[in-house]
Amino acid sequence: MRGKSRFFNWFIGFFLLFLYAPAILLPVFAFNASSIVSFPLTGFTTEWFSVLLTNGTLHVAARNSLLIAITTAIFSTLLAVLAARASTRFSFFGRRSIMGFVMLPMVLPEIIIGVSLLVVIIQMGFELSLWSITMGHILICTPFCIAILSSAFMNLDKSLEEASFDLGQTRWNTFWLVIFPLVMPGIVASLLIAFTISLDEFIIAFFLAGTEPTLPVYIWGQLRFPAKLPSLMALGTVLLFVSIGLLLIADYFRRRGIRKTGIENTGGFL
Amino acid sequence: MLSFQKWRRSESAQGLFLISPTLGFALLLLAVPLIMVAALSFWTQDYLTLDRTFTTANYVTAWTEPMYQYLMARSLKISIFVTAATVFLAYPVAYFISFHVAPKRKAMWIFLITIPFWTSYLMRIFLWKVILGYNGVINGSLTGLGIIDEPLSFILYNQNAVVLTLAHAWVPFAILPIFVALERVDRSLIEAAEDLGDSGLRRFLRVTLPLSMPGVIAATIIVFIPTIGDYVTPRLVGGPNGLMISNMIELQFKKANNAPLGAALAISAMGIVTFFALAFLWLNRRYVRGPS
Repeated sequence: MRGKSRFFNWFIGFFLLFLYAPAILLPVFAFNASSIVSFPLTGFTTEWFSVLLTNGTLHVAARNSLLIAITTAIFSTLLAVLAARASTRFSFFGRRSIMGFVMLPMVLPEIIIGVSLLVVIIQMGFELSLWSITMGHILICTPFCIAILSSAFMNLDKSLEEASFDLGQTRWNTFWLVIFPLVMPGIVASLLIAFTISLDEFIIAFFLAGTEPTLPVYIWGQLRFPAKLPSLMALGTVLLFVSIGLLLIADYFRRRGIRKTGIENTGGFL
Repeated sequence: MLSFQKWRRSESAQGLFLISPTLGFALLLLAVPLIMVAALSFWTQDYLTLDRTFTTANYVTAWTEPMYQYLMARSLKISIFVTAATVFLAYPVAYFISFHVAPKRKAMWIFLITIPFWTSYLMRIFLWKVILGYNGVINGSLTGLGIIDEPLSFILYNQNAVVLTLAHAWVPFAILPIFVALERVDRSLIEAAEDLGDSGLRRFLRVTLPLSMPGVIAATIIVFIPTIGDYVTPRLVGGPNGLMISNMIELQFKKANNAPLGAALAISAMGIVTFFALAFLWLNRRYVRGPS
Protein backbone atom coordinates (compact mmCIF):
# COMPACT_ATOMS: atom_id res chain seq x y z
CA MET A 1 0.00 0.00 0.00
CA ARG A 2 2.85 2.39 0.85
CA GLY A 3 4.56 2.04 -2.53
CA LYS A 4 1.27 2.66 -4.21
CA SER A 5 0.52 5.88 -2.37
CA ARG A 6 4.05 7.13 -3.03
CA PHE A 7 3.51 6.55 -6.75
CA PHE A 8 0.27 8.51 -6.46
CA ASN A 9 1.93 11.41 -4.69
CA TRP A 10 4.57 11.69 -7.40
CA PHE A 11 2.01 11.43 -10.12
CA ILE A 12 -0.25 14.06 -8.59
CA GLY A 13 2.72 16.34 -7.98
CA PHE A 14 3.77 16.17 -11.63
CA PHE A 15 0.20 16.56 -12.75
CA LEU A 16 -0.31 19.72 -10.70
CA LEU A 17 2.96 21.12 -12.06
CA PHE A 18 1.77 20.40 -15.61
CA LEU A 19 -1.66 21.87 -14.88
CA TYR A 20 -0.37 25.04 -13.24
CA ALA A 21 2.73 25.65 -15.39
CA PRO A 22 1.16 28.37 -17.57
CA ALA A 23 -0.66 30.02 -14.66
CA ILE A 24 2.58 30.24 -12.66
CA LEU A 25 4.70 31.52 -15.56
CA LEU A 26 2.25 34.25 -16.48
CA PRO A 27 2.92 36.53 -13.46
CA VAL A 28 6.62 35.58 -13.53
CA PHE A 29 7.05 37.05 -17.01
CA ALA A 30 4.69 39.95 -16.26
CA PHE A 31 7.11 41.22 -13.60
CA ASN A 32 10.28 40.35 -15.54
CA ALA A 33 12.28 43.39 -16.67
CA SER A 34 13.38 41.90 -20.01
CA SER A 35 11.34 42.80 -23.07
CA ILE A 36 11.81 39.24 -24.37
CA VAL A 37 9.51 36.62 -22.87
CA SER A 38 12.05 33.90 -22.01
CA PHE A 39 14.42 32.72 -19.31
CA PRO A 40 16.73 33.72 -17.66
CA LEU A 41 14.87 36.42 -15.75
CA THR A 42 16.60 39.78 -15.69
CA GLY A 43 15.00 41.74 -12.89
CA PHE A 44 11.80 43.00 -11.32
CA THR A 45 9.63 45.69 -12.93
CA THR A 46 6.05 46.93 -12.89
CA GLU A 47 6.59 48.80 -16.14
CA TRP A 48 4.43 46.39 -18.18
CA PHE A 49 1.48 47.06 -15.90
CA SER A 50 1.80 50.82 -16.25
CA VAL A 51 1.87 50.41 -20.04
CA LEU A 52 -1.62 48.91 -19.74
CA LEU A 53 -2.97 52.03 -18.04
CA THR A 54 -2.26 54.30 -21.01
CA ASN A 55 -3.33 51.99 -23.86
CA GLY A 56 -6.53 53.45 -25.36
CA THR A 57 -7.35 50.56 -27.75
CA LEU A 58 -7.03 48.15 -24.87
CA HIS A 59 -9.48 50.17 -22.79
CA VAL A 60 -12.04 50.16 -25.58
CA ALA A 61 -11.65 46.39 -26.00
CA ALA A 62 -11.96 45.90 -22.23
CA ARG A 63 -15.12 48.01 -22.14
CA ASN A 64 -16.63 46.01 -25.01
CA SER A 65 -15.81 42.75 -23.25
CA LEU A 66 -17.31 43.96 -19.97
CA LEU A 67 -20.51 45.04 -21.71
CA ILE A 68 -20.82 41.69 -23.48
CA ALA A 69 -19.97 39.72 -20.34
CA ILE A 70 -22.53 41.55 -18.18
CA THR A 71 -25.31 41.21 -20.77
CA THR A 72 -24.42 37.55 -21.30
CA ALA A 73 -24.41 36.84 -17.57
CA ILE A 74 -27.87 38.35 -17.09
CA PHE A 75 -29.59 36.76 -20.09
CA SER A 76 -28.04 33.30 -19.85
CA THR A 77 -28.88 33.16 -16.16
CA LEU A 78 -32.48 34.18 -16.89
CA LEU A 79 -32.84 31.52 -19.58
CA ALA A 80 -31.13 28.97 -17.35
CA VAL A 81 -33.42 29.71 -14.36
CA LEU A 82 -36.44 28.95 -16.54
CA ALA A 83 -34.93 25.75 -17.93
CA ALA A 84 -33.59 24.52 -14.61
CA ARG A 85 -36.87 25.20 -12.82
CA ALA A 86 -38.92 23.56 -15.58
CA SER A 87 -36.77 20.46 -15.76
CA THR A 88 -36.44 19.88 -12.02
CA ARG A 89 -40.00 20.70 -10.95
CA PHE A 90 -42.22 19.56 -13.81
CA SER A 91 -42.33 16.48 -15.96
CA PHE A 92 -43.43 17.42 -19.44
CA PHE A 93 -43.59 15.97 -22.91
CA GLY A 94 -40.14 15.57 -24.46
CA ARG A 95 -38.30 16.85 -21.39
CA ARG A 96 -35.20 14.76 -21.95
CA SER A 97 -34.79 15.65 -25.60
CA ILE A 98 -35.54 19.34 -25.03
CA MET A 99 -32.95 19.51 -22.25
CA GLY A 100 -30.48 17.58 -24.39
CA PHE A 101 -30.95 20.07 -27.18
CA VAL A 102 -30.59 23.11 -24.91
CA MET A 103 -27.40 21.62 -23.39
CA LEU A 104 -25.95 20.78 -26.83
CA PRO A 105 -23.66 23.86 -27.11
CA MET A 106 -21.63 22.40 -24.23
CA VAL A 107 -20.27 19.60 -26.44
CA LEU A 108 -20.54 21.24 -29.87
CA PRO A 109 -17.19 22.52 -31.18
CA GLU A 110 -17.21 26.29 -30.78
CA ILE A 111 -16.13 26.77 -34.37
CA ILE A 112 -19.43 25.21 -35.50
CA ILE A 113 -21.39 27.70 -33.38
CA GLY A 114 -19.25 30.59 -34.63
CA VAL A 115 -19.61 29.54 -38.26
CA SER A 116 -23.35 28.93 -38.10
CA LEU A 117 -24.10 32.26 -36.41
CA LEU A 118 -21.87 34.02 -38.94
CA VAL A 119 -23.80 32.43 -41.80
CA VAL A 120 -27.17 33.48 -40.37
CA ILE A 121 -26.07 37.04 -39.67
CA ILE A 122 -24.68 37.50 -43.16
CA GLN A 123 -27.61 35.79 -44.89
CA MET A 124 -30.11 37.91 -42.97
CA GLY A 125 -28.19 41.00 -43.96
CA PHE A 126 -27.36 42.07 -40.41
CA GLU A 127 -24.09 43.77 -39.49
CA LEU A 128 -21.55 42.04 -37.28
CA SER A 129 -21.49 43.86 -33.98
CA LEU A 130 -21.08 43.42 -30.26
CA TRP A 131 -24.64 42.08 -30.30
CA SER A 132 -23.73 39.15 -32.51
CA ILE A 133 -20.96 38.17 -30.10
CA THR A 134 -23.34 38.56 -27.15
CA MET A 135 -25.87 36.21 -28.78
CA GLY A 136 -23.20 33.58 -29.34
CA HIS A 137 -22.00 33.91 -25.76
CA ILE A 138 -25.49 33.58 -24.31
CA LEU A 139 -25.89 30.40 -26.34
CA ILE A 140 -22.71 28.77 -24.97
CA CYS A 141 -23.04 30.06 -21.40
CA THR A 142 -26.64 28.95 -20.86
CA PRO A 143 -25.77 25.22 -20.54
CA PHE A 144 -23.15 25.98 -17.86
CA CYS A 145 -25.69 28.10 -15.98
CA ILE A 146 -28.30 25.35 -16.29
CA ALA A 147 -25.83 22.83 -14.85
CA ILE A 148 -25.26 25.04 -11.80
CA LEU A 149 -28.88 26.06 -11.33
CA SER A 150 -30.26 22.55 -11.82
CA SER A 151 -28.44 21.37 -8.73
CA ALA A 152 -29.68 24.45 -6.85
CA PHE A 153 -33.29 23.77 -7.87
CA MET A 154 -32.98 20.03 -7.38
CA ASN A 155 -31.96 20.51 -3.76
CA LEU A 156 -35.20 22.38 -3.07
CA ASP A 157 -37.64 20.65 -0.80
CA LYS A 158 -41.00 20.53 -2.56
CA SER A 159 -42.84 20.58 0.77
CA LEU A 160 -41.64 24.14 1.45
CA GLU A 161 -43.45 25.24 -1.66
CA GLU A 162 -46.57 23.26 -0.73
CA ALA A 163 -46.53 24.79 2.74
CA SER A 164 -46.53 28.22 1.16
CA PHE A 165 -49.55 27.31 -0.99
CA ASP A 166 -51.33 25.93 2.06
CA LEU A 167 -50.73 29.20 3.86
CA GLY A 168 -52.54 30.96 1.05
CA GLN A 169 -49.69 32.41 -1.00
CA THR A 170 -50.02 32.76 -4.75
CA ARG A 171 -47.66 31.02 -7.17
CA TRP A 172 -45.87 34.32 -7.85
CA ASN A 173 -45.41 35.16 -4.16
CA THR A 174 -44.26 31.64 -3.43
CA PHE A 175 -41.55 31.98 -6.02
CA TRP A 176 -40.27 35.30 -4.69
CA LEU A 177 -40.70 34.59 -0.98
CA VAL A 178 -39.73 30.93 -0.76
CA ILE A 179 -37.94 29.61 -3.83
CA PHE A 180 -35.93 32.63 -4.91
CA PRO A 181 -34.14 33.21 -1.58
CA LEU A 182 -33.19 29.54 -1.46
CA VAL A 183 -31.73 29.43 -4.97
CA MET A 184 -30.23 32.93 -4.75
CA PRO A 185 -26.66 31.64 -4.14
CA GLY A 186 -27.00 29.45 -7.22
CA ILE A 187 -28.11 32.45 -9.25
CA VAL A 188 -25.11 34.50 -8.12
CA ALA A 189 -22.79 31.60 -8.95
CA SER A 190 -24.42 31.27 -12.37
CA LEU A 191 -24.03 35.00 -13.09
CA LEU A 192 -20.36 34.93 -12.19
CA ILE A 193 -19.61 31.78 -14.19
CA ALA A 194 -21.30 33.14 -17.31
CA PHE A 195 -19.46 36.44 -16.86
CA THR A 196 -16.12 34.67 -16.56
CA ILE A 197 -16.69 32.41 -19.59
CA SER A 198 -17.83 35.31 -21.77
CA LEU A 199 -14.92 37.54 -20.72
CA ASP A 200 -12.42 34.93 -21.88
CA GLU A 201 -14.19 33.50 -24.94
CA PHE A 202 -12.21 33.90 -28.16
CA ILE A 203 -13.25 31.46 -30.88
CA ILE A 204 -16.83 32.70 -31.31
CA ALA A 205 -15.89 36.33 -30.70
CA PHE A 206 -13.24 36.13 -33.42
CA PHE A 207 -15.78 34.86 -35.95
CA LEU A 208 -18.47 37.36 -35.04
CA ALA A 209 -16.41 40.45 -34.28
CA GLY A 210 -17.07 43.33 -36.60
CA THR A 211 -14.93 46.41 -36.29
CA GLU A 212 -15.10 46.47 -32.49
CA PRO A 213 -12.76 44.00 -30.79
CA THR A 214 -13.29 42.24 -27.47
CA LEU A 215 -10.42 41.74 -25.07
CA PRO A 216 -9.41 38.26 -26.34
CA VAL A 217 -9.71 39.44 -29.98
CA TYR A 218 -7.42 42.35 -29.09
CA ILE A 219 -4.94 39.98 -27.41
CA TRP A 220 -4.96 37.74 -30.49
CA GLY A 221 -4.07 40.70 -32.69
CA GLN A 222 -1.20 41.71 -30.40
CA LEU A 223 0.31 38.23 -30.09
CA ARG A 224 2.00 38.78 -33.47
CA PHE A 225 4.15 41.63 -32.17
CA PRO A 226 7.05 40.43 -29.97
CA ALA A 227 7.43 43.91 -28.46
CA LYS A 228 3.88 43.76 -27.09
CA LEU A 229 4.29 40.41 -25.36
CA PRO A 230 5.45 41.55 -21.89
CA SER A 231 2.48 43.89 -21.53
CA LEU A 232 0.20 41.06 -22.69
CA MET A 233 1.66 38.97 -19.86
CA ALA A 234 0.75 41.76 -17.49
CA LEU A 235 -2.76 41.90 -18.93
CA GLY A 236 -3.06 38.12 -18.65
CA THR A 237 -1.98 38.33 -15.01
CA VAL A 238 -4.65 40.91 -14.27
CA LEU A 239 -7.29 38.75 -15.99
CA LEU A 240 -6.08 35.68 -14.12
CA PHE A 241 -6.57 37.33 -10.75
CA VAL A 242 -9.93 38.80 -11.75
CA SER A 243 -11.13 35.34 -12.84
CA ILE A 244 -9.87 33.59 -9.72
CA GLY A 245 -11.43 36.29 -7.55
CA LEU A 246 -14.79 35.93 -9.28
CA LEU A 247 -14.62 32.14 -9.03
CA LEU A 248 -13.83 32.22 -5.34
CA ILE A 249 -16.86 34.46 -4.84
CA ALA A 250 -18.99 32.14 -7.01
CA ASP A 251 -17.80 29.12 -5.06
CA TYR A 252 -18.56 30.85 -1.76
CA PHE A 253 -22.14 31.47 -2.90
CA ARG A 254 -22.51 27.94 -4.22
CA ARG A 255 -21.40 26.52 -0.87
CA ARG A 256 -23.72 28.83 1.00
CA GLY A 257 -26.58 27.64 -1.20
CA ILE A 258 -25.76 24.06 -0.40
CA ARG A 259 -25.60 24.81 3.31
CA LYS A 260 -28.96 26.56 3.16
CA THR A 261 -30.69 23.52 1.72
CA GLY A 262 -28.86 21.34 4.24
CA ILE A 263 -27.03 19.03 1.84
CA GLU A 264 -23.45 17.90 2.09
CA ASN A 265 -20.98 19.66 -0.19
CA THR A 266 -19.59 17.13 -2.65
CA GLY A 267 -17.89 18.93 -5.48
CA GLY A 268 -17.10 22.01 -7.48
CA PHE A 269 -18.57 23.52 -10.58
CA LEU A 270 -19.59 21.84 -13.81
CA MET B 1 -61.97 23.61 -25.30
CA LEU B 2 -62.50 22.22 -21.83
CA SER B 3 -59.75 19.67 -22.32
CA PHE B 4 -57.42 22.43 -23.48
CA GLN B 5 -58.19 24.40 -20.31
CA LYS B 6 -57.46 21.31 -18.29
CA TRP B 7 -54.23 20.68 -20.21
CA ARG B 8 -53.14 24.25 -19.63
CA ARG B 9 -53.08 23.69 -15.92
CA SER B 10 -51.36 20.30 -16.15
CA GLU B 11 -47.76 19.73 -15.16
CA SER B 12 -46.75 19.10 -18.73
CA ALA B 13 -48.09 22.44 -19.94
CA GLN B 14 -46.56 24.38 -17.06
CA GLY B 15 -43.19 22.81 -17.69
CA LEU B 16 -43.33 23.47 -21.43
CA PHE B 17 -44.49 27.05 -20.84
CA LEU B 18 -41.65 27.66 -18.41
CA ILE B 19 -38.96 26.27 -20.68
CA SER B 20 -40.29 27.84 -23.88
CA PRO B 21 -38.09 30.99 -23.84
CA THR B 22 -34.91 28.93 -23.40
CA LEU B 23 -36.02 26.43 -26.01
CA GLY B 24 -37.06 29.22 -28.38
CA PHE B 25 -33.69 30.91 -28.00
CA ALA B 26 -31.86 27.66 -28.71
CA LEU B 27 -34.07 26.92 -31.71
CA LEU B 28 -33.51 30.40 -33.13
CA LEU B 29 -29.77 30.59 -32.50
CA LEU B 30 -28.74 26.96 -32.75
CA ALA B 31 -31.18 24.92 -34.83
CA VAL B 32 -31.92 27.57 -37.48
CA PRO B 33 -28.23 28.49 -37.95
CA LEU B 34 -27.22 24.82 -38.19
CA ILE B 35 -29.90 24.22 -40.82
CA MET B 36 -28.68 27.27 -42.74
CA VAL B 37 -25.09 26.00 -42.67
CA ALA B 38 -26.35 22.69 -44.00
CA ALA B 39 -28.22 24.51 -46.80
CA LEU B 40 -25.23 26.71 -47.57
CA SER B 41 -23.01 23.65 -48.00
CA PHE B 42 -25.12 22.66 -51.03
CA TRP B 43 -24.78 26.08 -52.69
CA THR B 44 -21.86 27.73 -54.44
CA GLN B 45 -20.27 31.12 -54.10
CA ASP B 46 -18.50 33.16 -56.72
CA TYR B 47 -16.71 35.99 -54.98
CA LEU B 48 -19.70 37.76 -53.37
CA THR B 49 -22.68 36.34 -55.25
CA LEU B 50 -24.30 33.23 -53.89
CA ASP B 51 -25.68 30.70 -56.35
CA ARG B 52 -28.58 28.88 -54.73
CA THR B 53 -28.81 25.94 -57.12
CA PHE B 54 -28.46 22.62 -55.37
CA THR B 55 -25.11 20.94 -55.88
CA THR B 56 -22.99 18.39 -54.06
CA ALA B 57 -19.81 19.82 -55.58
CA ASN B 58 -18.56 21.16 -52.23
CA TYR B 59 -18.82 17.74 -50.65
CA VAL B 60 -17.08 16.15 -53.61
CA THR B 61 -14.24 18.65 -53.17
CA ALA B 62 -14.17 18.19 -49.39
CA TRP B 63 -13.99 14.40 -49.64
CA THR B 64 -11.76 13.90 -52.69
CA GLU B 65 -9.21 16.72 -52.68
CA PRO B 66 -6.04 15.19 -51.12
CA MET B 67 -5.32 18.29 -49.01
CA TYR B 68 -8.70 18.15 -47.28
CA GLN B 69 -8.55 14.39 -46.87
CA TYR B 70 -5.14 14.76 -45.33
CA LEU B 71 -6.19 17.56 -42.97
CA MET B 72 -9.29 15.66 -41.92
CA ALA B 73 -7.32 12.48 -41.20
CA ARG B 74 -4.73 14.46 -39.25
CA SER B 75 -7.37 16.27 -37.22
CA LEU B 76 -9.04 12.99 -36.39
CA LYS B 77 -5.71 11.47 -35.38
CA ILE B 78 -4.84 14.46 -33.18
CA SER B 79 -8.29 14.40 -31.57
CA ILE B 80 -7.98 10.69 -30.80
CA PHE B 81 -4.51 11.17 -29.31
CA VAL B 82 -5.69 14.14 -27.26
CA THR B 83 -8.68 12.18 -25.98
CA ALA B 84 -6.57 9.15 -25.07
CA ALA B 85 -3.89 11.27 -23.38
CA THR B 86 -6.50 13.29 -21.49
CA VAL B 87 -8.47 10.30 -20.23
CA PHE B 88 -5.34 8.35 -19.20
CA LEU B 89 -4.05 11.41 -17.38
CA ALA B 90 -7.41 12.22 -15.82
CA TYR B 91 -8.31 8.76 -14.48
CA PRO B 92 -5.53 8.45 -11.87
CA VAL B 93 -6.17 12.03 -10.74
CA ALA B 94 -9.91 11.44 -10.38
CA TYR B 95 -9.14 8.13 -8.61
CA PHE B 96 -6.75 9.88 -6.26
CA ILE B 97 -9.30 12.54 -5.33
CA SER B 98 -12.10 10.03 -4.90
CA PHE B 99 -10.20 7.33 -2.96
CA HIS B 100 -7.19 8.99 -1.33
CA VAL B 101 -8.41 12.45 -0.36
CA ALA B 102 -10.33 13.03 2.87
CA PRO B 103 -14.04 13.67 2.11
CA LYS B 104 -13.84 17.17 3.59
CA ARG B 105 -11.03 18.13 1.21
CA LYS B 106 -12.58 16.78 -1.99
CA ALA B 107 -14.39 19.99 -2.90
CA MET B 108 -11.17 21.95 -2.46
CA TRP B 109 -9.29 19.55 -4.74
CA ILE B 110 -11.92 19.79 -7.45
CA PHE B 111 -11.70 23.56 -7.21
CA LEU B 112 -7.91 23.36 -7.45
CA ILE B 113 -8.20 21.29 -10.63
CA THR B 114 -10.63 23.70 -12.30
CA ILE B 115 -8.76 26.96 -11.60
CA PRO B 116 -6.25 26.74 -14.50
CA PHE B 117 -9.17 26.27 -16.88
CA TRP B 118 -10.36 29.77 -16.02
CA THR B 119 -7.10 31.47 -16.92
CA SER B 120 -7.12 33.26 -20.25
CA TYR B 121 -7.44 30.70 -23.03
CA LEU B 122 -5.15 32.52 -25.47
CA MET B 123 -2.49 33.26 -22.87
CA ARG B 124 -2.50 29.64 -21.74
CA ILE B 125 -1.79 28.40 -25.27
CA PHE B 126 0.80 31.11 -25.81
CA LEU B 127 2.60 30.18 -22.61
CA TRP B 128 2.94 26.61 -23.82
CA LYS B 129 4.77 28.09 -26.76
CA VAL B 130 7.08 29.81 -24.29
CA ILE B 131 7.53 26.62 -22.28
CA LEU B 132 8.20 24.35 -25.26
CA GLY B 133 10.09 26.80 -27.49
CA TYR B 134 13.65 26.62 -28.81
CA ASN B 135 14.83 28.96 -26.03
CA GLY B 136 11.94 27.97 -23.84
CA VAL B 137 11.61 26.85 -20.27
CA ILE B 138 12.19 23.15 -20.88
CA ASN B 139 15.09 23.55 -23.29
CA GLY B 140 16.59 26.31 -21.16
CA SER B 141 16.59 24.26 -17.97
CA LEU B 142 17.73 21.05 -19.69
CA THR B 143 20.72 22.76 -21.33
CA GLY B 144 21.38 24.69 -18.13
CA LEU B 145 21.56 21.45 -16.19
CA GLY B 146 23.84 20.00 -18.84
CA ILE B 147 21.47 17.18 -19.69
CA ILE B 148 21.35 18.09 -23.36
CA ASP B 149 23.72 20.08 -25.58
CA GLU B 150 21.35 21.12 -28.37
CA PRO B 151 17.83 22.40 -27.65
CA LEU B 152 15.17 19.78 -28.35
CA SER B 153 13.29 20.68 -31.52
CA PHE B 154 10.66 17.94 -31.50
CA ILE B 155 8.57 19.56 -28.78
CA LEU B 156 7.30 22.72 -30.51
CA TYR B 157 5.67 23.47 -33.85
CA ASN B 158 4.44 19.98 -34.50
CA GLN B 159 1.62 17.64 -33.63
CA ASN B 160 3.12 16.63 -30.27
CA ALA B 161 2.84 20.22 -29.12
CA VAL B 162 -0.78 20.40 -30.29
CA VAL B 163 -1.66 17.19 -28.44
CA LEU B 164 0.08 18.35 -25.26
CA THR B 165 -1.51 21.80 -25.26
CA LEU B 166 -5.00 20.49 -26.01
CA ALA B 167 -4.67 17.77 -23.37
CA HIS B 168 -3.75 20.47 -20.87
CA ALA B 169 -6.81 22.50 -21.84
CA TRP B 170 -9.27 19.61 -21.61
CA VAL B 171 -8.04 17.57 -18.66
CA PRO B 172 -10.31 19.24 -16.05
CA PHE B 173 -13.31 18.36 -18.23
CA ALA B 174 -12.24 14.72 -18.20
CA ILE B 175 -11.49 14.58 -14.47
CA LEU B 176 -14.92 15.81 -13.40
CA PRO B 177 -17.16 13.12 -14.97
CA ILE B 178 -14.72 10.34 -13.98
CA PHE B 179 -14.62 11.69 -10.43
CA VAL B 180 -18.42 11.77 -10.25
CA ALA B 181 -18.60 8.17 -11.52
CA LEU B 182 -15.96 7.02 -9.02
CA GLU B 183 -17.80 8.73 -6.17
CA ARG B 184 -20.88 6.68 -7.05
CA VAL B 185 -18.99 3.37 -6.84
CA ASP B 186 -20.38 1.52 -3.86
CA ARG B 187 -17.41 1.01 -1.54
CA SER B 188 -18.95 -2.10 -0.02
CA LEU B 189 -18.63 -3.88 -3.38
CA ILE B 190 -14.87 -3.32 -3.27
CA GLU B 191 -14.76 -4.61 0.29
CA ALA B 192 -16.75 -7.65 -0.79
CA ALA B 193 -14.21 -8.35 -3.55
CA GLU B 194 -11.43 -8.01 -1.00
CA ASP B 195 -13.17 -10.44 1.37
CA LEU B 196 -13.53 -12.90 -1.50
CA GLY B 197 -9.77 -12.81 -1.99
CA ASP B 198 -9.27 -10.53 -4.98
CA SER B 199 -5.94 -8.68 -5.08
CA GLY B 200 -5.78 -4.89 -5.37
CA LEU B 201 -5.31 -4.94 -9.11
CA ARG B 202 -8.08 -7.49 -9.67
CA ARG B 203 -10.43 -5.50 -7.45
CA PHE B 204 -9.72 -2.47 -9.57
CA LEU B 205 -10.12 -4.24 -12.90
CA ARG B 206 -13.22 -6.21 -11.95
CA VAL B 207 -15.11 -3.77 -9.72
CA THR B 208 -13.91 -0.17 -9.74
CA LEU B 209 -13.05 0.23 -13.42
CA PRO B 210 -16.25 -1.31 -14.88
CA LEU B 211 -18.41 0.67 -12.45
CA SER B 212 -16.66 3.93 -13.37
CA MET B 213 -16.92 3.32 -17.13
CA PRO B 214 -19.88 5.72 -17.55
CA GLY B 215 -17.60 8.53 -16.36
CA VAL B 216 -14.82 7.46 -18.73
CA ILE B 217 -17.27 7.37 -21.63
CA ALA B 218 -18.64 10.81 -20.76
CA ALA B 219 -15.09 12.18 -20.50
CA THR B 220 -14.18 10.71 -23.87
CA ILE B 221 -17.16 12.29 -25.61
CA ILE B 222 -16.75 15.65 -23.84
CA VAL B 223 -13.11 15.88 -24.93
CA PHE B 224 -13.22 14.23 -28.35
CA ILE B 225 -15.97 16.21 -30.06
CA PRO B 226 -14.96 19.81 -29.22
CA THR B 227 -11.24 19.13 -29.79
CA ILE B 228 -11.75 18.89 -33.54
CA GLY B 229 -13.05 22.46 -33.55
CA ASP B 230 -10.01 24.18 -32.06
CA TYR B 231 -8.12 26.35 -34.49
CA VAL B 232 -6.12 28.52 -32.10
CA THR B 233 -3.92 25.79 -30.62
CA PRO B 234 -2.79 24.43 -34.03
CA ARG B 235 -2.14 27.98 -35.23
CA LEU B 236 0.00 28.94 -32.24
CA VAL B 237 1.94 25.77 -31.41
CA GLY B 238 1.30 23.46 -34.38
CA GLY B 239 3.63 24.88 -37.00
CA PRO B 240 2.93 24.09 -40.67
CA ASN B 241 2.58 20.34 -40.04
CA GLY B 242 0.28 20.72 -37.08
CA LEU B 243 -2.62 22.56 -38.71
CA MET B 244 -6.05 20.99 -38.42
CA ILE B 245 -9.31 21.01 -40.36
CA SER B 246 -10.66 23.92 -38.30
CA ASN B 247 -7.87 26.13 -39.61
CA MET B 248 -9.08 25.30 -43.12
CA ILE B 249 -12.72 25.99 -42.19
CA GLU B 250 -11.72 29.33 -40.74
CA LEU B 251 -9.68 30.11 -43.86
CA GLN B 252 -12.60 29.31 -46.18
CA PHE B 253 -15.00 31.48 -44.21
CA LYS B 254 -12.64 34.41 -43.83
CA LYS B 255 -9.74 34.94 -46.23
CA ALA B 256 -10.59 32.47 -49.01
CA ASN B 257 -14.17 33.76 -49.12
CA ASN B 258 -15.65 30.38 -50.01
CA ALA B 259 -18.25 29.96 -47.27
CA PRO B 260 -20.10 27.05 -48.99
CA LEU B 261 -16.93 24.94 -49.09
CA GLY B 262 -16.21 25.94 -45.48
CA ALA B 263 -19.73 24.86 -44.55
CA ALA B 264 -19.30 21.51 -46.33
CA LEU B 265 -15.98 20.97 -44.51
CA ALA B 266 -17.55 21.88 -41.16
CA ILE B 267 -20.51 19.55 -41.68
CA SER B 268 -18.21 16.75 -42.87
CA ALA B 269 -15.97 17.17 -39.83
CA MET B 270 -18.99 17.11 -37.52
CA GLY B 271 -20.34 14.05 -39.30
CA ILE B 272 -17.08 12.15 -38.99
CA VAL B 273 -16.66 13.06 -35.33
CA THR B 274 -20.24 12.10 -34.54
CA PHE B 275 -19.75 8.80 -36.37
CA PHE B 276 -16.64 8.00 -34.33
CA ALA B 277 -18.32 9.02 -31.09
CA LEU B 278 -21.33 6.79 -31.83
CA ALA B 279 -19.07 3.90 -32.86
CA PHE B 280 -17.21 4.30 -29.58
CA LEU B 281 -20.45 4.25 -27.60
CA TRP B 282 -21.65 1.18 -29.50
CA LEU B 283 -18.38 -0.68 -28.91
CA ASN B 284 -18.63 0.11 -25.24
CA ARG B 285 -22.14 -1.16 -24.98
CA ARG B 286 -21.17 -4.27 -26.89
CA TYR B 287 -17.92 -5.24 -25.20
CA VAL B 288 -17.70 -3.50 -21.85
CA ARG B 289 -20.36 -4.53 -19.42
CA GLY B 290 -21.15 -1.67 -17.14
CA PRO B 291 -23.73 -1.74 -14.37
CA SER B 292 -27.08 -2.82 -15.70
